[in-house]
Parts: sequence; C-alpha cells; structure tokens
Amino acid sequence: MSSQDTLGPRADEITPEIVAEHGLNREEYDRVCESLGGRAPNLTELGVFSVMWSEHCSYKSSRVWLAKLPTTGPQVICGPGENAGIVDIGDGQAAVFKMESHNHPSFIEPYQGAATGVGGIMRDVFTMGARPAANLNALRFGSPDHDKTRHLVSGVVSGIGGYGNCIGVPTVGGEVNFDKSYDGNILVNAMCVGLAEVDKIFYAAASGVGNPVVYVGSKTGRDGIHGATMASAEFDDDSDEKRPTVQVGDPFTEKLLLEACLELMAGDAIIGIQDMGAAGLTSSSVEMADKGGVGIELDLDLVPCREEAMTAYEMLLSESQERMLMVLTPGREDGAKKIFEKWGLDFAVVGITTDTGRFVAKHQGKIKADIPLDTLANNAPKYNRPWIAGEKRPVIVPDEVPAPNSLSDALIKLMSLPDLCSRRWVWEQYDHMVMGDTVGRPGGDAAVVRVHGTDKSLAVTTDVTPRYVAADAHEGGKQAVAETWRNLTATGAQPLAITDCMNFGNPQRPEIMGQFAGAIEGMAEACNALSYPVVSGNVSLYNETNGQAILPTPAIGGVGLIKNTERRASAAIGHDGDILLLVGTERGHLGQSLYQRDLVGKSEGAPPPVDLTAELRNGNFVRGLIEAGDVAHVHDCSDGGLWVAVSEMAMAADIGADITLGSQQLPAHAILFGEDQGRYILSVDADQVAKIIASAESLAIPVRKLGVAGGKSLRIDGEHEVKLADLRQAHESWLPEYMNTV
Amino acid sequence: MKAAVIVFPGSNCDRDVAVSLNAVMGSSPEMVWHGNAEVPKSDLIVLPGGFSYGDYLRSGAMAAHSPIMKDVIKKANSGVPVLGICNGFQMLTETGLLPGVMLRNANLKFICKDVQLRVERNDTVFTRRYKKDQVITIPVANHDGNYFADENTLARLEDNNLIAFRYCDADGHPTGEANPNGSARNIAGLYNENCTILGLMPHPERLADKQLGGIDGLALFESLVETLH
Repeated sequence: MSSQDTLGPRADEITPEIVAEHGLNREEYDRVCESLGGRAPNLTELGVFSVMWSEHCSYKSSRVWLAKLPTTGPQVICGPGENAGIVDIGDGQAAVFKMESHNHPSFIEPYQGAATGVGGIMRDVFTMGARPAANLNALRFGSPDHDKTRHLVSGVVSGIGGYGNCIGVPTVGGEVNFDKSYDGNILVNAMCVGLAEVDKIFYAAASGVGNPVVYVGSKTGRDGIHGATMASAEFDDDSDEKRPTVQVGDPFTEKLLLEACLELMAGDAIIGIQDMGAAGLTSSSVEMADKGGVGIELDLDLVPCREEAMTAYEMLLSESQERMLMVLTPGREDGAKKIFEKWGLDFAVVGITTDTGRFVAKHQGKIKADIPLDTLANNAPKYNRPWIAGEKRPVIVPDEVPAPNSLSDALIKLMSLPDLCSRRWVWEQYDHMVMGDTVGRPGGDAAVVRVHGTDKSLAVTTDVTPRYVAADAHEGGKQAVAETWRNLTATGAQPLAITDCMNFGNPQRPEIMGQFAGAIEGMAEACNALSYPVVSGNVSLYNETNGQAILPTPAIGGVGLIKNTERRASAAIGHDGDILLLVGTERGHLGQSLYQRDLVGKSEGAPPPVDLTAELRNGNFVRGLIEAGDVAHVHDCSDGGLWVAVSEMAMAADIGADITLGSQQLPAHAILFGEDQGRYILSVDADQVAKIIASAESLAIPVRKLGVAGGKSLRIDGEHEVKLADLRQAHESWLPEYMNTV
Repeated sequence: MKAAVIVFPGSNCDRDVAVSLNAVMGSSPEMVWHGNAEVPKSDLIVLPGGFSYGDYLRSGAMAAHSPIMKDVIKKANSGVPVLGICNGFQMLTETGLLPGVMLRNANLKFICKDVQLRVERNDTVFTRRYKKDQVITIPVANHDGNYFADENTLARLEDNNLIAFRYCDADGHPTGEANPNGSARNIAGLYNENCTILGLMPHPERLADKQLGGIDGLALFESLVETLH
C-alpha cells in the first residue's frame, strides 16, 4: 500500500536538527528508519515516533527497573499497563486508581497545567468504567522565598479546584511541601480513585477486524502538541516559551464526557476504550490496536477540529483535552451516537481496525503515515542506564543533635513550618464533600470516602518524604510505601495496593539513575513485606532546570478498604480524660528530621530506618483494635515526631494533653521530635487501657502510656505548657499569611 | 410526597440531594432532564447544586434559560414549593424568582467549609422542624456565594421577614467574621413573598447523615415531608 513516493520525506524535510527537536538521538533515529524497512520517515511519521518513543510514553529508561516491583496479589484485578490499576473490594465491586504527574505544564502555566492534570487522571479512571469517587494531589513547590513560588501555589491550587469542583468529584487529600530543589521544577501529581462493578470493567484492547474506531468528546485543536516530548526534557531559562504546548482544560465538557461514557458503558456496545491523554490520537490508537493485536487505519478528514487547516501532524500530536477513542461493535454506532448527542458532544467514526498490523493515517486522500504498530508500541529503545548508588550516611546519635533552649518554643516553631503547618487554606478551596460520601475529611491521616450506598469505605492517601529519599534512596523508597500503609491503617483500613508517581531528575546522570534504582528496590521490599502491590503508576524524569535536579520524589498513593464504616478511626483525641498510648519503638532518631533541618539548620545523617516486620505487626495490631470497636482515635507519628503528632490530635479535638517522657535513656528533644517509624498514638477510654496493654504485651508489641487528655494546653510532665490557642494560631496562620503577602 | 430534581448538564449535587430526599421520603425523587418541556406533577421541585453549563457565564445564567425552566417558573408561580441549593439558588436569582444576584466571594476564592447559620423563622414548609433562631451547622461550597441586592430590596426582605438563614457565630450573632463570602446582611438563604420558594447557598444535603459529621441539614428535608406528605 505504501510507497516511497507518497510516504518518504520531501527533500531536506528531515534534517538532523529536526530529528533533535523531536527528542530523538542518532541511534534512535536509525532505529526509526530500520522500523520503516530502511526508509526515512516523513515529518508526520517522525512526530509519531517521537511521542511514542518519548520517555513519557515508552518508559525507556525506567522499564528495566519497574519490572522489579511486585504487581500481583489476590486482591489485584488489573495491574500496571492499563489506564489505571484495579483492586477487588468485595461484593462484586472494585476500586480503580492511578496517580500521574503534570509537572512540566504546571510550572509553565500553573492553573491550566494542574487543571488538565486532574482532568487527565479522571479520564484514566472513568475510561475503565469507574465513576471517580475521590481526587488527591501530591504537590511540591520551591522555597517559599523564591519569587515564583506564591504564584505557582496560587495557580496550581485554583486549577485543581477549578477542575475538580466543577466536575463534582471531591478532592479529599494529598500533600503540599516546599523545598528549594523544586524552585525551577514544581511537582503536580494528581491521583484519582474510582468505583466500578467487577463485571463492568472496560479495557483498552481493540480486538476484532473491521470494527469502527470512534472519536468522542471535545474537538481537536492545536494545543498541547508535543506535550509528551516536553514532559521528557529538561527545563532551561527559556522554558516559559513552551507555554503554547500546555493544554487548556474544560471541566464542564469532561463532566458531560463522564456521564455520556458511563451511560454508554451500561450497555455492551464498547469493545475497547482509551482516553486521549499524552500524545493524543496517536498514543490512544496505537495502544488500543497493539493491545488488541490488530492494525488501525484513521481517516483524519473525519476528526472533529476546532481550528482550520490542521495538518495530519498536528491532529496526530494534539493533546486537546476531554477526548476519548473507542472501538465499537459494528452496527452499534447509532445508539452510541444518540447518547453523545444528548450530552452535546462530538461523535465521529474516524477509522477502522484492520488485519495489517500497521498504523495508517490518511488525510486529504493521501497516506500521511504508515508504520508497523509493533515497532511503535514495543520497539522503543530500552535503556539499562548506568547508575551509582548514593553513599550511605552515618546514623546520627541523638546526643549529637543540640537540644532547643525551650521545648515549647520548638514545638510552636515546628507547627508553623511551611512543611508542617495547616493546609486548610488549600483544601478549603477544594470541594471535598460533593458526592456526599466523604466521612473522613482532609486533615487526618488518610481521607475516607464511603463506597456509595454500602457499609464500606475506602481510605486514600499520598505520601513520600523526599529528604529521606535523597539521604538514602532505598530506605526513603521503603519509608514512602510504609507511610501510606500506616496512614491507611490509622483509619482502620486494610491497605490494598498502591499507585506510584516516580519524579526524578535526568536519568542519563548515573547518580540520578542510582536514586531511581534505590527507591524502586526499597519500594519493592516494602510492597513485598506488606503484601501491598503496585497496580498502576507513572514515571516523570528530567525534572531538572539548568542541571539542578529536584529531590528524588517517588510519590506513593495508597488505597485501603474499611469493611464497616462505623468501625473507623479519626486522628483526633477522643474525649477529655482519655489515656494516650504510644505503640511502637522509640529510638529518638533525629537524622534527617524536620527538627534537625529547620531548627538546627542541618540535613545530616541517615533517615530513620523502617523495620518492616515491626511495621506489619504494629499496624495489624492497631487495625485489629479499630475493627473490634475498642479504639476510634488513632494518629500515626511521622514528620516532626511524637509531640507534633500529639499536637495535631489535640487541635483536631480542641482537647489538650499532658504527656510523659517515659523511662528510656534518651534526651527529651529526641523523644519528642525524633521521627522513628512504625508508631501510632491511640486515644482510648481509661477503662480500655489495661486490656489493650495486656493484648499488646502478649504479642510482644511495644506500647506505653503516653499521657492523659484534657484541658486546653499541651504539657510534658506538667511543664513546658503550650496553649492550644497559641499552637493553633501558629499552625493555621503561616500559609494564609504567606499567600496574602504581595 | 413526590419530589422532582431537575438535572442540568453540569449539575453535580443532584445525586446528593436525591439521597437526602430518599432518606426522609422512603422513595426516590424523579430525576428530570433539563431538556424536557414539563416537570411531572410534584409536591416539590429541587434545583440542585453544581456547575450548570460549566457556569462559564454568570453562575446559573444559562440554566435559567433551559427548556424546563419555563415550566419550573410557571409551577413556582402557581405555588409549588421550589428549593434551590447553591447553583439552584443562583438559578432562582437569575430567573427573577428571587431578588438580587450572587457575586464572586469576597476573597475571590472557592470556599468549601462548614458554616453556622441562624434559622430566621420556623413557620415555613422548609423550616418547621427547626426552632426560630436556632444555630445550625451546614457546609458551603461555592465560588459565587456573595449575595448582593440594592438597599431597597434588602430593606423589603428584612421588613417582610423573607430572609431564611443568616451566617452567624456560635451564639447566633451575624457578625462580619462569621460571614464567609461578603454576603449582604449575612444572607445565606431567601424566601419569596409567600415562602414557597427557598434559595440557599449552603448545602443541607451534605450534613444530613451522622457519618458525614452532622445532621443539621436533615430537618429541612423532614420539614418538607411533614408539610407536603
């Protein structure tokens, strides 16, 4: 069908400069020519290869490492490789979820970059037949002192709210952190969790020959062309000039698309369906055809366009939002069309599945691209890039870290840090209650949303502590997984599985690749030990500006199941007179703690180690107490340490607490601000205490009486008083004051 | 009681309010598509929250001209009770069934949080289960909830006792600090002259279930069922 005459490049069309602009190196270009049977690609074909073989779409630097992550388990219905991962939550229902980065666009245009990140991840979830039930966002910004940070925080938060609020999916959780390494490269990682019936799950495979390929949703414009390629490159000072490659979001259209898709999915017309995300029409059609083992032929004249005179190149590479590609059972087009017309959306048959095994795109009577599918989807180069592990850092002995002049002043200072202060300013801009199932609102360990119409709930969280990963990639990767597991457990949920969003610098630098490799191995170790597999994820590399890499940030999104919504825990103190118990071992680990970083001014030593055996044992014990109805108030100890965790529980309930340092031989500031892992604080009725302690001791689980709840202040053995009102003032005011400063 | 919930493209609290109605009615309300010409015979019409038509124009402005609205206005004028929540309240002001307009919140941001409201009167079909001057907690979630009307209109609303709810502090005082969005006279909800139409920005359906953290919104739906059977 193809011939050199119609398909080869025009004279001088493909110069080495053009190849370089498409992000392909010499060897990769040679591989392109080889894939085409020895001929050079034309510009359209080069564009198609460049997006499909971009780091973003092909995972060429990360694949060999991602294979080390465990992805199976009895709860897993669908692991990585589809639009989102799926886990079984019983009763014929499933949770469908994924997290994805939208870092580069959000730095260039924060509102639209973040908004379309949210829109994209929701499409990944509802394209599988799930109704989105909760959104989360893991956000990392530069130093508060950097002159762009305020603008980026403001734009990203409004963009997330603008999209999620309009479509009507609650934004219930996530993270916001600041570090100067993100000054030139912020991270916006959006996660969506949806609910589906197990027997109504839709996949991307376009099986069968001669079936109609249908385009639905918004029209195609020139926005976002080469977004996937941009997402796979470093930034420099001229990055603002890439603004035209950022897509523009329309949450109203997405809402219509969501409802129309779910309405069509109630029937059986769909064979395969895939959203048009990164690399748009190209990637969606290639992936669907490849998964179904068929060829695909597109007639670009039939693609609904909102701009005139669009070329084949532009249509194939556009990343216009709110679009889906489906393969339907022949003869079902009219019924499907009626549904999309009711919702006021475009519906166009734009192609057909074939038996050629080729990706063919025609435009104005000419063949503009004709490429063997297999090479596009699976023949991308796979790099086993050289890497070097970071140097192990010594464990800092607690006595080596200076004590504060005043413990109470230290607490107030910590609670007002950018990384620990209240995020209320952020989540009050997100509709976190729409859909009427948010039973655990933002601010706790994990958000809790009911599975609509049932007694069950899902707990959801995102976590990673990048400074730990920077200090020891393996331990940091382990800790990120364990912390999500712990946060889910603290609500009473059984953790089911994770999604990961791997944000790193340039993988061509061996030390960055070493961070990636270490984090993956640490994550894999934790996932295996906790029976907590990875079911979906995303890799974002080249997060660098002018050669400065971000802190390694493997953001982990965890999902857990609460079988009985009535048996769950909040992170607030229960009642006046409650006894606080501490579960877990105290070592006073101050290396890489917030206390060390922000009060002493040093970032030294190894991060706190995670003992996965103790993690599992302590967590299962705490969850057992919640499930039995013995405990309903639990908080995990993480960033900032023990006294910070008690403070958070106290403020949430407006009930103070007097805690005791106990009998161990550690300095007070190490006990109070050390970031030892695998610990929980329980607020329990006084008459439950003996039973719980006896039960813990019988299982060899470390537990001690930490103190008594009551009053309106925090104390340590009756001293070092901090009034809750002062603490709240410090905790609540930093972010709004920062954002209101011009 | 038979209730109809109008579903506009972009409505997103239609399911939520249907859940609350179902809980008190024991049966589901009818969900009526905005493109229909007629609302089926009902004892109550609900205009739900959301972003009808994306609210890319003024909030509620497009929905006010939806095909179904002709019949909604006709039935409202004939005395069928109408409840407009959030975007529904915005539609009620855009159609002129209630006076005034909604401006962008004074802080120019979307605000989602629990607020306290004072129940101004309890002799209407919507509020008989509350006590007069009772302070209740109900969440707001909007970008354009800043109620505005000219002084004459505000005076008329006050004189005729048509203000349904005001934002207030824990003691029931409608202070500036308790006003989340800059609304004139701390107005959170309004009646028409006959108190058959209620528009309010807060979402009673979001705190009508113990697991969600409170049930102060439930009495509004119970009041309707009690009166309308």
